[in-house]
Amino acid sequence: MAALGRVCLLLALVVCAYGIGASIYGVRTGRVEWSESGRRAVYALAGILTVAFAVLEVAFLRNDFAFNTVADTSSRTTPTFYKAAAVWASQEGSLLLWAWLMSLWSSLALFLTRGRIRDVAAYATAIILGFGGFFISLMVFYAQPFAITNPAPPEGVGLDPLLRFPTMMIHPPMLYSGYTLCTIPLAFGMGALLARRVDAEWIRVIRKFAFAAWFFLGIGVLLGARWSYSELGWGGYWGWDAVENAALLPWLTGTAFLHSLMIQEKRGMLKVWNVSLVLATGTLAIMGTFLVRSGILDSIHAFGGQTLGVPFVVLIAVLIAGSIYLVVTRREMLRTEHRIDSLISREAAFLANNLVLVGLVFVILWGTYFPLISEALTGQESAVGPPWFDRYTVPLALILVLLSGIGPAIAWRRASIANARRNFVTPVAVALLTLCALLIGGVHQKPFAIAMFCCAGFVFGSIGQEFFRGVRARRAMAHEAAPVALVALVRRNRRRYGGYIVHIGIVVLFVGVAASSSFQHESELGLSPGQSSRVGAYTIRYVRATASVSPDYDSANTQGGRELSAIMRSQPGVTLGPDTAHTGATLSLGAVLDVTKHGRHVATLYPSEGFYSSEEPTQGSVGHLIGGQPVSHVALDSGVTRDVWTAIAPNIETPRLKRIVTLGDKTLPYSNPAEGMVAIAALASAYMRNPPQAQFHLIVSPLVMWIWLGGMIVVGGGLIAIWPAPSAVRRRLSVRSRARAGAGAEQGLARA
Amino acid sequence: MNPARKRTVRLVVALSVAVVLASALIYTSFSAASPALSPSQLLRQAQPGRSYLLTGTVLAHSVARDGAVLNFSVADRAGGAAVGVAYTGTVPDPFREGREVIVTVEKQGGQYIGERNSLITKCPSKYKETPASEKQSS
Amino acid sequence: MEALIVIILALAVLMAVIFVVSAPLRAVHRPPGVGGVRINDVQINQSTADRADLEATREAKYREIRDTELDYRTGKLSQEDYAAVDGTLRAEAVEILDRLQALERESPGAGELGPGPG
Repeated sequence: MAALGRVCLLLALVVCAYGIGASIYGVRTGRVEWSESGRRAVYALAGILTVAFAVLEVAFLRNDFAFNTVADTSSRTTPTFYKAAAVWASQEGSLLLWAWLMSLWSSLALFLTRGRIRDVAAYATAIILGFGGFFISLMVFYAQPFAITNPAPPEGVGLDPLLRFPTMMIHPPMLYSGYTLCTIPLAFGMGALLARRVDAEWIRVIRKFAFAAWFFLGIGVLLGARWSYSELGWGGYWGWDAVENAALLPWLTGTAFLHSLMIQEKRGMLKVWNVSLVLATGTLAIMGTFLVRSGILDSIHAFGGQTLGVPFVVLIAVLIAGSIYLVVTRREMLRTEHRIDSLISREAAFLANNLVLVGLVFVILWGTYFPLISEALTGQESAVGPPWFDRYTVPLALILVLLSGIGPAIAWRRASIANARRNFVTPVAVALLTLCALLIGGVHQKPFAIAMFCCAGFVFGSIGQEFFRGVRARRAMAHEAAPVALVALVRRNRRRYGGYIVHIGIVVLFVGVAASSSFQHESELGLSPGQSSRVGAYTIRYVRATASVSPDYDSANTQGGRELSAIMRSQPGVTLGPDTAHTGATLSLGAVLDVTKHGRHVATLYPSEGFYSSEEPTQGSVGHLIGGQPVSHVALDSGVTRDVWTAIAPNIETPRLKRIVTLGDKTLPYSNPAEGMVAIAALASAYMRNPPQAQFHLIVSPLVMWIWLGGMIVVGGGLIAIWPAPSAVRRRLSVRSRARAGAGAEQGLARA
Repeated sequence: MNPARKRTVRLVVALSVAVVLASALIYTSFSAASPALSPSQLLRQAQPGRSYLLTGTVLAHSVARDGAVLNFSVADRAGGAAVGVAYTGTVPDPFREGREVIVTVEKQGGQYIGERNSLITKCPSKYKETPASEKQSS
Repeated sequence: MEALIVIILALAVLMAVIFVVSAPLRAVHRPPGVGGVRINDVQINQSTADRADLEATREAKYREIRDTELDYRTGKLSQEDYAAVDGTLRAEAVEILDRLQALERESPGAGELGPGPG
């Protein structure tokens, strides 16, 4: 079966080459059937890669350890869900996922634009197939997903315990969808420059692709932050790690593009700027993909030691050089006579927004690649830490939030000064009220957080005012009840009001970030059962220890299993059971924590640490059962106003406990894990009889949930903004507008 | 001022501001950055009071916990010089002997003190896509 | 046995790919009038594209007119400013409509907006 996979990859490579040739031939000779054939090559590519992906997926599900990737990341005892997702847990499999997703999204994009902007689409097809060919070449020559070992090993290594979280397995497909979607606007941008057609129709088409990329990439980044916060034993959601930044950068340029595109649509301006943003977004997405796989930067994500670095550098160099060449040679076509009329206009606010976003991109790009830059310039590799990033991104974020409150209050083209002044009364008032409330409430420190809250108040006031006035205007015209008017208002002006909702979501998110990072209470200390600690306004008491033992074999139906059950029954307090949490941990030690505030019970938390087995005989017959990488399972109580987060690091290496393991190693055979599990059970009950002091990490953060809520609001607003108006409305609109336009033209002529 | 002149002035002002900000950014990044050193480099170059990013492998049998402080030694990847570090803060799950770590340290007296929550453990050398072991930030 | 299955599947994939990718090329050899419009001329392609572009510009202009009205009704533009901007926009819209009509007269029915062959 691996042969089928290999054949598919080779066939895919041929199809890419053919498609590139056919598309370019078709567009240059005007023979549309060849461009069509090139487009269908993308469909064919999607089909072929689907087959290849299915082959690999089936291999995982069938435990076919002849496949190297299956043997490296899966095992017979891995739960089915994780087996299915383990396909992308390896370099090779993730490359296949990337190529497959890209072919699917590209097929959809090309299908939706069939018959439109043919020449641009033909060039875009060639570029997309170029990317496809690149990734497939990597799989054919460097990292083969279908490499096999003969004879096949009997068992696989298993999935890294750190990946055994559902969010962890969904994160790559989401993120890859975001990255691959960024290549589509890139292809259409380059295609437009090659075809010398950067016009209104192109705007209409590329806006949808850019939005899709922005949408999925944003979700991917947010999911990553959420996973980091709720699953990792660190308790944070953003660390300015190289790979986090790499995913954020194309999202920022995508956001800038979605805004400045509106200016091009209305005034025909900023063509060079927009095209550059689109090219930058795609290039940054490729750079992000590259960063994760090349190990050039010291990051926890770095996979190091792979030979993929060189091909990627070549690709990125080609993209950058090609982009610059295209923009420079087409600059005549991109020139415009129009200029921004007035600094007090929505265009100016959008332009300012773009500048701030590009500033953010520059800061983050510089900081992320600083180790390489410093090594190149000074010979000494140095890195900047999160405080440096915060120092520059926080003020820029404040300006960004402020702009999103200014924009709604001023008009396109040219705002009337008097009107502008009037429009800012409410937002400023809300901001000042917020400030007073904070000061009265005793919040004096953390000026940046206070500034963010006030800016948020400003934005809420500004956008709230927009909704209020819009509803009022609608009611004046259509005499509807307020709720009906609100719905109708949003439906008829989706882009505007959907955009407002997106901005509200972003501001809510920033409020959550500001509050949770500035007003966090953290405590890290050792506790024994019965002891408690104050964290902020909360008291957290270590009630008792917990222990559970889950052998990765069926404990009910084997001799060893039955003995084990008998022993466990005589040891109260230790649970023996099937691995219902599917964590795969041999031994889990944890705690029951009681959280109270002012004496009132708030929550009960159950953090634990899972100890997994490794395949190393050198660790001993008992030692190896818990010698694998331990994984912390955090306990989280989320609320709208605050999160209580706990992690435990139990002490498994007291002299007493170590004695049990050493004794077991000496007397029990490695080959019979069932007997080793008896020793583990003894270890667990020894732990329970006299739990040693455990290290606890306790964090109380205000408003963390606002981050996820803000993200959801952004998602909702984005969908509203992009949702196409019903075609009936559009038709009525155009007929009426044409009539009024005609009438207005007469008036205009009369006035002139 | 005619519109064209106004536009030129705006452009010049904007560009100047951008250049000034960029220069400030670039300048401060060099002074705020911590050099990444291996243990042997650290032993040679470390000055007290400056923080460094120590990268290397955790030496076997060197890990000992003393209450809230974790003591371990970091050796050069190729073997050889080792530096003892006294670290407080969260310890990432993958941390163990033989793993590659990055920890921010400062020389105080004769000892190297690890900055709180700055310990990063890299994925094991056998390639597995574990998108994050754990990262601590101060 | 498995080798046989692999060969059959591989051949099936190959056949499917060739069939899908060559469909437009094979359709060309069918006489026109049997299925769909055959657009096979660079000039016609150009005018299709121009027309599509003008229609997109027109939609954008209508949207601008509506946006400006909304700006006026939500208090961001004074009466005089609104009248001025609205007049300008409507004049621009009329110009676009004129150009569309001219294009329509030049090449009637050429390249309707919609899916092409394949």
